[in-house]
Amino acid sequence: MSAGANPYDVAIVGAGPAGLGAAAITAGAGLTTLLLDENPTPGGQIYRAVTTTPLKERSILGGDYWAGAALVAEAQASGAEIVGGATVWSLDASRELAASWAGTSRFIKARRVILATGALERPFPIPGWTLPGVMTAGALQTLLKSSGLVPDGRLVLAGTGPLLWLFAAQLLRAGARIEALLDTTPWANYLRALPHVPAFAISRYAAQGLALRREVARQVEVVSGVTRLRAEGQGGLASVAFAARSGERRLMADVLALHQGVVPNVNLAMAAGIAHRWQPAQLCWVPVLDAAGNTSIDGIAIAGDGTGIGGALAAEAQGRLAGLAAVAAVAPERLARVPDRQLLAQALARAERGRALLDQLFAPPRWSRLPEGDTIVCRCEEVTAGQLLEAVGIGAMGPNQAKAFLRCGMGPCQGRLCGLTVTELISKARGVAPAEVGYFRLRPPVKPITLAELAAMAHTQRAVAAVVRE
Amino acid sequence: MRSTADVIVIGGGIHGCSTALHLALRGLRSLVVEKDYAGRHASGVNAGGVRQLARHLAEVPLSVASMELWERIGDLLDDDCGFESHGQVLVAESEAELDQFRARVAQLRLQGYTHEELIDRAELKRLIPAVSDACPGGVVSRRDGAADPFRTTQAFRRKAIALGATVLEGVRVTGLERRAGMWRVSSSAGAFEAPVIVNAAGAWAARIAASLGEPVPLEVMALMLMITDRVPRFIAPVVILRGRKLSFKQLANGTVLIGGGHQGRPDRDANTTEIDWHKLAESARTVWELFPAMRGARIVRAWAGIEARMPDDIPVIGPSATAEGVYHQFGFCGHGFQLAPGLGALMAELIATGRTNLPIAPFSIARFAPAKGANATPDSTPDLMRTTPGGQA
Amino acid sequence: MLRRLLEEGQRVRLTIDGKPVTACVGDSVAAAMLSCGLRYCRTTPISGEKRAPYCMMGVCFECLVTIDGINNRQGCLIEVREGMRIDTQLGRRTVE
Ligand SMILES: Cc1cc2nc3c(=O)[nH]c(=O)nc-3n(C[C@H](O)[C@H](O)[C@H](O)COP(=O)(O)OP(=O)(O)OC[C@H]3O[C@@H](n4cnc5c(N)ncnc54)[C@H](O)[C@@H]3O)c2cc1C
Ligand code: FES
Repeated sequence: MSAGANPYDVAIVGAGPAGLGAAAITAGAGLTTLLLDENPTPGGQIYRAVTTTPLKERSILGGDYWAGAALVAEAQASGAEIVGGATVWSLDASRELAASWAGTSRFIKARRVILATGALERPFPIPGWTLPGVMTAGALQTLLKSSGLVPDGRLVLAGTGPLLWLFAAQLLRAGARIEALLDTTPWANYLRALPHVPAFAISRYAAQGLALRREVARQVEVVSGVTRLRAEGQGGLASVAFAARSGERRLMADVLALHQGVVPNVNLAMAAGIAHRWQPAQLCWVPVLDAAGNTSIDGIAIAGDGTGIGGALAAEAQGRLAGLAAVAAVAPERLARVPDRQLLAQALARAERGRALLDQLFAPPRWSRLPEGDTIVCRCEEVTAGQLLEAVGIGAMGPNQAKAFLRCGMGPCQGRLCGLTVTELISKARGVAPAEVGYFRLRPPVKPITLAELAAMAHTQRAVAAVVRE
Repeated sequence: MRSTADVIVIGGGIHGCSTALHLALRGLRSLVVEKDYAGRHASGVNAGGVRQLARHLAEVPLSVASMELWERIGDLLDDDCGFESHGQVLVAESEAELDQFRARVAQLRLQGYTHEELIDRAELKRLIPAVSDACPGGVVSRRDGAADPFRTTQAFRRKAIALGATVLEGVRVTGLERRAGMWRVSSSAGAFEAPVIVNAAGAWAARIAASLGEPVPLEVMALMLMITDRVPRFIAPVVILRGRKLSFKQLANGTVLIGGGHQGRPDRDANTTEIDWHKLAESARTVWELFPAMRGARIVRAWAGIEARMPDDIPVIGPSATAEGVYHQFGFCGHGFQLAPGLGALMAELIATGRTNLPIAPFSIARFAPAKGANATPDSTPDLMRTTPGGQA
Repeated sequence: MLRRLLEEGQRVRLTIDGKPVTACVGDSVAAAMLSCGLRYCRTTPISGEKRAPYCMMGVCFECLVTIDGINNRQGCLIEVREGMRIDTQLGRRTVE
């Protein structure tokens, strides 16, 4: 498929709830809209493979998942050009994107850009987390959604956060056996969350979350207050060790699924030069947005979990609002054709209710964010916590110096799996706030591209429209 | 805060740090004031080429002198700086180009310099088996090589401190004032005084010069580089081209660094740069043609460093033409990394003894003195107070 | 390590390190490899340690494999196709 209408009125990156919601609005209003996602099919993480999943038994993934089908259908019917398998690897302040699909990269211009690149699971740097057999819980969920695959053998889940319980329930409904769920939520979090209970109690999370917990606890040994979690084995996972109230324990395991919440996927936004700030409640970087949701770069908006974790319904509402803003900017005369802003804002407020409690209750513990000694921090370049602290000792005051000293964060994942750990470790070592320590200076390409593909752009640049039709 | 040093060095790049180190070796105490951190800009993010090859004739004596220091950099700094000497090769892409190179090498010989050596197709292939068969030969400078730029800058900084220099990072110079034979330097961390100042402020140096009444036509450039993932070792020397913009080297860890002078878009006040992928695509195209083996390699990162360029492509070195006790050391036009060890020694000599044996007349700032009645350049506003909003997180 | 809930999906034939195997339409390369019992898909260029897909959403780059002769592809983002050749990657890849 070509980038047909280049330059576009609107280019949207990410076809999760936020991106789909935005596209439905802008294309629905008649703006030429390009929606790119590097996954083969639309849906993002929550609605992953909703149009193609082999799981027809609806109760396994649940109603919240299947709700995505309607949203995908709406975006598809809106007239937006939706391209799967398309990786956006650069975006600049002039709103020029570079994207690769079907083996070819091309430049794309848009009058408005909406980034809806969502979230990724927070790094979980414990000893042994690089062993084959250790994955994120979200990875197991993706295998279930896309391929109907479930772990076969001894499965242990560990971590904290509402999604962990959802994953567990979905796996159980799919017939998987879970040896144990190791809950790392610190006891102190329950106290800290108390003030937020009233708002939470009337949110949709309350009833749902408690029901999930009950469903899982009926079928699985749940160990609370887990600390000192380690994955053990030679060349592959053999066992999981941890400390609980009952003392040190070790479980034989074939698969360990880790999860301690999700954080915004900031790489493309930061590489574009959009200003970010440290968000202490969610312990992550979020873009600096003005009251109307604009980033520090004119014409580039961010919607969904990329602005801070709010969940799928909030993401969809934010996406629609960003779409609305794009229509207002590009073709205000078409505003009559789009839904009322007020209604969308109300939907967003409803969806955001209860979030404060989740943030407090499921704040991941320090020990699983601040590794020590030989534990690997940067998986790509195999840099340990000890090495990082040494670098701080000889003058690496921030992540960028650490990178220059150790290549930490310089591998292909570009810090996605180590960046937060690096910021927090340096912050702890220097005794200054994460905001002061800062983050890696991210640069395009946000995903590697082959030299051949880049070389070919030297010719196609002036003839983007002539790119071969698939 | 008020502090006195023998010399205040403005700018903590490799040049500022090298000068501070060599001043310390001569028993002079210096204070380096850096607005970000040492090596944050051009010095820490450059291509690391340690090159005498293909230099401007005026630079050759300085470059050759600096090379002596590179060859014992470990003794000087207690850190080998990742310096490896596998030579640098200027590849000719055509017979006509090779003829030009031949004339240049002959000219150097006449002046007594033998580091550049003309090579034929066979020797080129022996040095760089992966190069395209279409190339008829080139020039090699066998003692050249490459080092790790950030590590080198840090090593200069550390050694300078160990020998008594002070390096203030995150401190911005906001004004200069001459009082009773002393320079009073105001900064975001208070004022400092010293009889001598060195302007080693890189792309920001023109503002310092302008505030001393000698504006210079300094162009801010954002030199771009890109780097691949690790590939097996396949090339030892650094490769450069003359006609098309390319420099190309494989680092010890297997990654391949591709540069050569294409520029991105700098924003000097925001401390940021933006990559121009249209131009990097041209670089990729050149590598694609010259090194077919590289076609499947992956570009994992690109960046640009903010650097100063003078209209005649050579730096400004030496005493101020207008202000007493001021020395300039900036405007390296994208090739100042190799010069830093030697130039630091030269500056220290100049400051301590008032003279040097190396020919620095071509680098005098006086060459830009405006003809009477000429308009000042945009950078001539003595606006040191301009604030930096700071880069993103 | 993984088992398929439904066996009726449409099959495609591929090779992994030269060995013929089948997977289902819609599987990612990484899913196909895990479903065929592979425990890891590459060794690292630095220590040679074994690694397996970790995130399945394109962010960790642990699933890098060679697909139809092209190295370093993210197996979790690419769907299987009939006749695909998948190879695990050992250490530093060679320049082709
Ligand atoms: C693994 C995982 C599993 C989850 N499971 C659930 C669940 O079951 N239930 C639930 O309520 N919540 C779940 N969540 C949280 C939920 O996904 C989010 O709250 C919600 O999806 C946010 O919507 P979004 O549109 O902002 O982002 P997403 O749904 O993440 O969509 C963003 C999309 O952008 C694409 N993208 C990113 N960068 C680029 C680029 N450079 N080029 C091209 N495309 C790009 C991504 O591939 C992705 O498809 C999960 C989160 C994760 C990480
Ligand atoms: S498994 Fe993480 S990128 Fe593919």
